[in-house]
Amino acid sequence: MRSLLPQASANAAEVDYLILALLLASCLVLALVFGLMLVYVSRYRADARVERGKLAQKTWRLEIGWTAATFVVFFGLFLWGADLYVRLFQPPRDALQIYVVGKQWMWKVEHQSGQREINALHVPTGRAIQLVLTSEDVIHDFSVPAFRIKHDVLPDRYETLWFQVEKAGVYHLFCTQFCGEGHASMIGEIVAMSPPEYEDWLGQSASGAGAHESMAAAGEVLFTRYGCGGCHGEGGVGGKQSGGGVDAPPLAGLYGEKVTLDTGAVVTADESYIRDCIISPEKQRVAGYPPIMPSFAGQLEEENLLRVIAYIKSLKPTERR
Amino acid sequence: MTVTETRSQTSYLSDGYTLRSWLLTTDHKRIALLYFAAITFFFFVGGIGATLVRYNLLSPKGLLGSAETYNRLFSMHGVVMVWFFLVPAVPTTLGNFLVPLMLGARDLAFPRLNLLSWYLFILAGLVALYALIVGGVDTGWTFYTPLTSFYSKGHVVATVVAVFIAGFSSIATGLNFIVSIHKLRAPGMTWHRMPVFLWSLYATSVIMVLATPVLAMTLLLVAFERLFRIGVFDPAIGGDPLLFQHLFWFYSHPAVYIMILPGFGVISEIVPAFSRKELFGYKFVVWASVAIAVIGFLVWGHHMFVAGTSLYSALVFSILSYMVAVPSAIKVFNWLGTMHKGFIRFDAPMLYALGFIGLFTMGGLTGLFVAALAADVHLTQTYFVVAHFHYVMVGGMVSAYFAALHFWWPKITGRLYPEMWGRAAAIIIFVGFNVTFFPQFILGYLGMPRRYNAYPPEFEALNVLSSGGASILAIGYLLPLGYLAWSLFYGERASANPWGATGLEWTTPSPPPTENFETTPVVTLPPYSYPYTETSRDE
Amino acid sequence: MSEAVGGHAFQYSSARHQAESAVSGMWLFLATEMMFFGPLFLAWIFCRHADPAAFDAGARQTDLFIGTINTALLITSSLSYSFGVAFIETGRRRAMILCLVIAWLLGGAFLMLKFAVEWPHDFERGLFPGAEFVFTPAERNGAQLFFVFYFFSTAIHGMHLVVGLGLVAWIMLRAREFTPSRNTAVFVVGLYWSFVDMVWIILYPLIYLIGRGP
Repeated sequence: MRSLLPQASANAAEVDYLILALLLASCLVLALVFGLMLVYVSRYRADARVERGKLAQKTWRLEIGWTAATFVVFFGLFLWGADLYVRLFQPPRDALQIYVVGKQWMWKVEHQSGQREINALHVPTGRAIQLVLTSEDVIHDFSVPAFRIKHDVLPDRYETLWFQVEKAGVYHLFCTQFCGEGHASMIGEIVAMSPPEYEDWLGQSASGAGAHESMAAAGEVLFTRYGCGGCHGEGGVGGKQSGGGVDAPPLAGLYGEKVTLDTGAVVTADESYIRDCIISPEKQRVAGYPPIMPSFAGQLEEENLLRVIAYIKSLKPTERR
Repeated sequence: MTVTETRSQTSYLSDGYTLRSWLLTTDHKRIALLYFAAITFFFFVGGIGATLVRYNLLSPKGLLGSAETYNRLFSMHGVVMVWFFLVPAVPTTLGNFLVPLMLGARDLAFPRLNLLSWYLFILAGLVALYALIVGGVDTGWTFYTPLTSFYSKGHVVATVVAVFIAGFSSIATGLNFIVSIHKLRAPGMTWHRMPVFLWSLYATSVIMVLATPVLAMTLLLVAFERLFRIGVFDPAIGGDPLLFQHLFWFYSHPAVYIMILPGFGVISEIVPAFSRKELFGYKFVVWASVAIAVIGFLVWGHHMFVAGTSLYSALVFSILSYMVAVPSAIKVFNWLGTMHKGFIRFDAPMLYALGFIGLFTMGGLTGLFVAALAADVHLTQTYFVVAHFHYVMVGGMVSAYFAALHFWWPKITGRLYPEMWGRAAAIIIFVGFNVTFFPQFILGYLGMPRRYNAYPPEFEALNVLSSGGASILAIGYLLPLGYLAWSLFYGERASANPWGATGLEWTTPSPPPTENFETTPVVTLPPYSYPYTETSRDE
Repeated sequence: MSEAVGGHAFQYSSARHQAESAVSGMWLFLATEMMFFGPLFLAWIFCRHADPAAFDAGARQTDLFIGTINTALLITSSLSYSFGVAFIETGRRRAMILCLVIAWLLGGAFLMLKFAVEWPHDFERGLFPGAEFVFTPAERNGAQLFFVFYFFSTAIHGMHLVVGLGLVAWIMLRAREFTPSRNTAVFVVGLYWSFVDMVWIILYPLIYLIGRGP
């Protein structure tokens, strides 16, 4: 088996350079510390007849000197690590989104086109992939060492991470936040394949047994079943009391837009916002609408919630009201 | 000091032979020994947990078979080692014994509080043992929610209660030290004439007193959530599991400084004594301890870089984490500066101290890796972190504890330990430690997660190496148990100052009389006033 | 070691030295208590921030009348104890005892009102979080967070109050040995008692007043 960790993602090499630099700096310091210790214990042993001479008197210059040097080196390391981290924190806008639900003790993956996987994730190389992660129970952590990436996965919240695979291959997926008895068995594989192979894989799993409709299509079914259209209108065009319905904001074109709340705050409608609206609408009311939306807490499983959100994301505005 | 002088005052060991005279003592020296017995016991309990953990990891499938058992074992190892060994180790044993002696005082400020703190510790220990015997806890020593409050199958409340009580023992000890250091210094002992060991314990005590109550409240909140199945950490009602993490780490990060600062103090006493030279840069060393205590309160978020906190918090905590490393680096440079042009001897305390400097530096440097944000994303929650904290805590702190035990053993017991065995144990521990934990840095970089009872087969070789090292380390730790016990009965009797060291504790007989000093000492010299010429040791 | 002849323990140079140390010790202990209650207040801020409207809806269900009476009781109790300290410093031991008895009774009355009247009433009204919680769905979560905080903080405060009552009783039992030059224990217990009062003074608005603003 490989003894070195593959640098499978675009950022892996950069992280490795940082770690290598840290390693070199550490080795230098250790050489200094161990070296001096070895020199001192031999040269200055109690019975050594070496000329020791006078002791330095003004030692504070030395103290300030090595303190300042330490500060400078540390600050440099901080900047380097922070710069990489900031970029890791911000997924590109055109990233391919894939949804992951963690639970004791497995990873459930769903692609937008409906393919579902357990403890495995197929991705194309050469393209930014953004995972939207949530947990059904305790805190887990989605970790792919070959991509030098991991993030905690929390219940009742969406977290994200992103990566871009450069080398096709199969890589370990680990859960790295202790989550109970099956923590060590919550492992899987990331299968990275070239884009044409990925398209093939999508096609095969779309037509084979156990194929599912796309997430948005599944979400549309749920949207109808749970009566969302009753207030928000068919296709999420919005409701109007004067039209015989209730005042409800339109959902078409909502994703990614800025929303003004009744407190005056302005937020961006991302997955977390939409989830909060469905599960705990009382926490954030949209300005200009009556506070009548009921909560669907406990009625929708996490994966169904993601499908509804995928449907809402797919709704394009037909006309502005 | 000659041996005949010691006979005129009753040594604290001979001052009463009944059980009552020990169990109801208010003599800080006897209380120190009571603690020493308890700490030693828990060190071996936690050590058994470690042994079984490393045994399990010999095979990729996990030799113990059951993941649940493994999870309870590593949780027990963490809880016992953190709260029942590392936090109390130096402060309650060496600290209780030496603080009044070093101050030139006759006891601590509140001797009865001191005894109460031991009883609290014992009560906590009994509750912890009860929790262990009925099956232990399967949450890790970190008790993250919602796992701990809603999903754990273990004995959470019992364990949490044990830690809660131990926390109050800790607070009592810290409070006693702070008031003693402020109020009971001998005439002439200004703050800048105090030995660094006292400064270190002062800084440690400030953290104990301010941080531990936060843990106490956090544990109560978790217990409430567990008992009533609802709480402030529950996202279903609008609470947040991250609130638990912030509160927990607000204590637990300063806690690691509680664990290590006394070790720094010990090394700052031993290196000058065995280099027969004053400590280099006393003021810098002293203020470095204070700086570590203060900045240590500001870095807790570095345990949460991938937890779901904001980018800004990550940036702030990363830069502060680098800042807190600077004073530790200063101390290492100053110890080396002390050795420079010294007259170095290699008695066991010095070997342990040299081991500390090497291993702590390695551990501290790897802290820089995990403080670097992007590197931490890769390394956190892997064996890299496990190796990092074991290097500083075990390679560092446990070595310092052994160094202190050997250095002050003659003072505490009136006996000399067998020197060759002491040196052999120090070397075996250094070697065994590196073989156990160095491979874990590599395992972590390669991606092996922590808290796994079974692992992919490509990690097997390094795990076997690590477990092999653990058996060497175990031998290293068992040896002192043997020869130190032997020395109590057969060791050569010690004079007041066998090492020729400075410090008020060395001016009284070994072992000291109950009242410590016949007359209150008056201090006129700065600390570490070793004459800079060749002097022989006091035998 | 018990107090040696001369009125102070042997590691101290004088009775005054010992008294100063005891007082410092208590102040330091109170600092730890602040760090103990601190996370609780932080939790309040955090929980309210999650959903202020629902949190406040929960808060409005508290019994303002009892809460206010209790606050008056505790403040008066603290005042009474302080008079007791002043009296012993001028040698009026019987007046001190009277003040301490009043302080103790007022503290006891607080406990009775809180745990024998207010809490049972709260339980009856279905205010304990959990299955039987009696709020509308929209307010349920935030209100439950409030009541988690309410029951938890009043329980912890109550435990501190019980300890305080024990300490005050202990002082009353030892009353005969206190003199104008020897009353540190009275003062030190007074510090603790006032602290317990101050914690309540912070809890009172957090529990009873904030949700009731205009």
